[in-house]
Amino acid sequence: MLKNKYLESSWGTSKWHYSWYRVFDINNGFNMHKIISAEFLAPNIKRFEISAPKIAEKRKAGQFVIIRINEVGERIPLTIADSDSSRGTITIIVQGIGKTTKELNSLVAGDYISDVVGPLGKPSHIENFGTAISIGGGVGTAIAYPTAVALKEAGNHTISIIGGRTKEFVILEKEMKEICDEVFITTDDGSYGKHGFVTDKLKELIKQRKIDFVLAIGPIPMMKAVAEVTREKNIPTVVSLNPVMVDGTGMCGGCRATVDGKTIFVCVDGPEFDAHKVDFETLGRRNGTYLMQESDALKNYECESEKALSQKLTATN
Amino acid sequence: MSGKISNKERMKIPRQLMPEQDSSIRRTNFNEVNLGFTEELAKMEAMRCIQCPKPSCVEGCPVGVKIGDFIALVADGNYLGAAAKLKEDNLLPAICGRVCPQEEQCEVKCVTGKKGEPVAIGRLERFVADYERETVGIRQPELKPKTGKKVAIVGSGPAGLSCAGDLIQMGHDVTVFEALHDLGGVLIYGIPEFRLPKSIVKAEIDSLKALGVEFKTNSVIGFTDTVDELLANGYDSVFIAVGAGLPYFLNIPGENLNGVYSSNEFLTRVNLMKAYRFPEYDTPVFNCKDKNVAVFGGGNTAMDAVRTSKRLGAKNSYIIYRRSDVEMPAREEEIHHAKEEGIEFIFLSNPVKFTGDKDGWLRSVTLQRMELGEPDASGRRRPIPVSGSEYDIPIDMAVIAIGNGSNPIIQKTTPDMNYNKWGNIVADETTMRTSKVGVFAGGDIVTGGATVILAMGAGRKAASAINRYLLGEDLWLQS
Repeated sequence: MLKNKYLESSWGTSKWHYSWYRVFDINNGFNMHKIISAEFLAPNIKRFEISAPKIAEKRKAGQFVIIRINEVGERIPLTIADSDSSRGTITIIVQGIGKTTKELNSLVAGDYISDVVGPLGKPSHIENFGTAISIGGGVGTAIAYPTAVALKEAGNHTISIIGGRTKEFVILEKEMKEICDEVFITTDDGSYGKHGFVTDKLKELIKQRKIDFVLAIGPIPMMKAVAEVTREKNIPTVVSLNPVMVDGTGMCGGCRATVDGKTIFVCVDGPEFDAHKVDFETLGRRNGTYLMQESDALKNYECESEKALSQKLTATN
Repeated sequence: MSGKISNKERMKIPRQLMPEQDSSIRRTNFNEVNLGFTEELAKMEAMRCIQCPKPSCVEGCPVGVKIGDFIALVADGNYLGAAAKLKEDNLLPAICGRVCPQEEQCEVKCVTGKKGEPVAIGRLERFVADYERETVGIRQPELKPKTGKKVAIVGSGPAGLSCAGDLIQMGHDVTVFEALHDLGGVLIYGIPEFRLPKSIVKAEIDSLKALGVEFKTNSVIGFTDTVDELLANGYDSVFIAVGAGLPYFLNIPGENLNGVYSSNEFLTRVNLMKAYRFPEYDTPVFNCKDKNVAVFGGGNTAMDAVRTSKRLGAKNSYIIYRRSDVEMPAREEEIHHAKEEGIEFIFLSNPVKFTGDKDGWLRSVTLQRMELGEPDASGRRRPIPVSGSEYDIPIDMAVIAIGNGSNPIIQKTTPDMNYNKWGNIVADETTMRTSKVGVFAGGDIVTGGATVILAMGAGRKAASAINRYLLGEDLWLQS
């Protein structure tokens, strides 16, 4: 019990002094963003409701924010999953993979995030296509969700395919069921829903009826596989890209990707693109630029978190 | 003392050298290279000024600093008086003293320089600003009574800051919106710590805060609020100074290999995000240690990037430039410092292809030799490729530093304003007014990539015109 409590508290990490700094920094204090609620949806996948009134009021489906946790943090892009302008909050869903996302996922309700900027990027292009399928793989479902809502509102017959490695990685099933006409689940191991990949279900649906539009968001191999399936049938397909970014406002050029043989900048030209024209290989490769540094940073972080935790426990005893 | 010697004797004093960190030490750290004049050096240098009755140096200064007057005060040892004089025309002297290209602005016009070396105006400017800040703190100018008018400034770089400084003194309320999480624009994300310490920028911004300028970070105008929303929500005028936009690339094969950066990204990671202190700071950057790094371009940004790579431990750091050293636009001082730090210059060579390994990491660049032909529109001799002259050099990292286009966010969200074919905002040269009533623009978003001081000059011109506009003059009537 005690152990969990400390793991869940932001000062249970090595960065406790930065938490202190965050609370008392006079210059930035008024701009900080309070976490209103935080809950795990799946192992390592956490949903946060964050105070950001201006962004909540402005954001449209498909747009993202850039978050920096604290003074030493890096800037990472996260798609806005939902918002509530009356509460002045936005929802983001984070999968803890590297140091920054794991550190973010250690935060709890009442903690603060130093910087949240947005809404950035172009909103999703929404129209009444007819029958639209939105596919979410793992945490990608969180990114597909707001666009699925918009597709439904535009009058589409909206179908959702939610994919997960196992049952516990299937997220937002309830939310998708509330807004979609049909929801299908697939798991890689068959522990829930249909046994197989999202593309298996997609192929089945394409065989059965006329599909007018597909949105696919998830790991790069999944998006690429979906693009291959729909390319044959010429079904308009959109993917949301999540490359490495720094400023997110069209200044640094770090997020460049190749679409239709041309270099584009995902932060201002996207993040959504025609899946049939995206060079997924280059995207995947470029996303691996910092694998070495990221793995070192993560090791450091986890080691220091444990040290801090055991110190805390010793002090308590 | 300054009155006792003749002009002939003044001219005999040699230009005082800037004390600097030794090149073998400084290439391993990010501390400032130039250490600044001592009082003795400053006084000696100030005595070299012959106090021309018609000082041509002032004509060369984009903001019209009363150069002779402040230098005379330095020669008298009245450093705080000199600071006050300097700040009548330039609110950010510690920054300008460090990054302005004085050798092509004020110092190139210096009469002393006709026969020998010009007075080191930039070094004196820096000395005076540092002296004031370090002894009594930055002193505030007097503000005019409040006018009740509000101005929104978009961008906290050099144009935005200088505009804010002038407008607040004129009695207007000023809010500066910054897209990033920290203030200063290119002064903090672009120019490295070893050339312009962040603490200097912060001190000058803090003094603007003390004057009452309000700053809002994480505000991307266009998204957070549009220009129209600012005008509708109580701002009487808007000054757009969003700076550099999307970086240009070479458009050659292999440019998306891992290890190829724009200078904006490389410098932002290292400067703004402090990647040189990774993992203490979370942002990573390419590990340059013992690697070969090539920077393409010949401007100040290219020098900043190549010197940064050396400090990150690169084995070989190259500047690769398609023209010769004469045409390089970088400041002489930067080129000189770079050479001292062991940077290798490869001139008259143009990249034609990047080659990677099977995992997509950059391994080499193919260069084509160039020769110089007739001068082009910029007055520089045009480089012409020599056919069959291609050769490869092994590199692990490349930084493309060939300039920026315009940022598309304002254009997309403010369509009812005039833009040129490159997406830069069209603004009047003297008033900086745009085609949209109440909206002014200046800096790189108008001119394309230029210098800090030109942006500051634009900010000051805009401030003066905005003041006229706010006091009732109809700047749009004549058009």
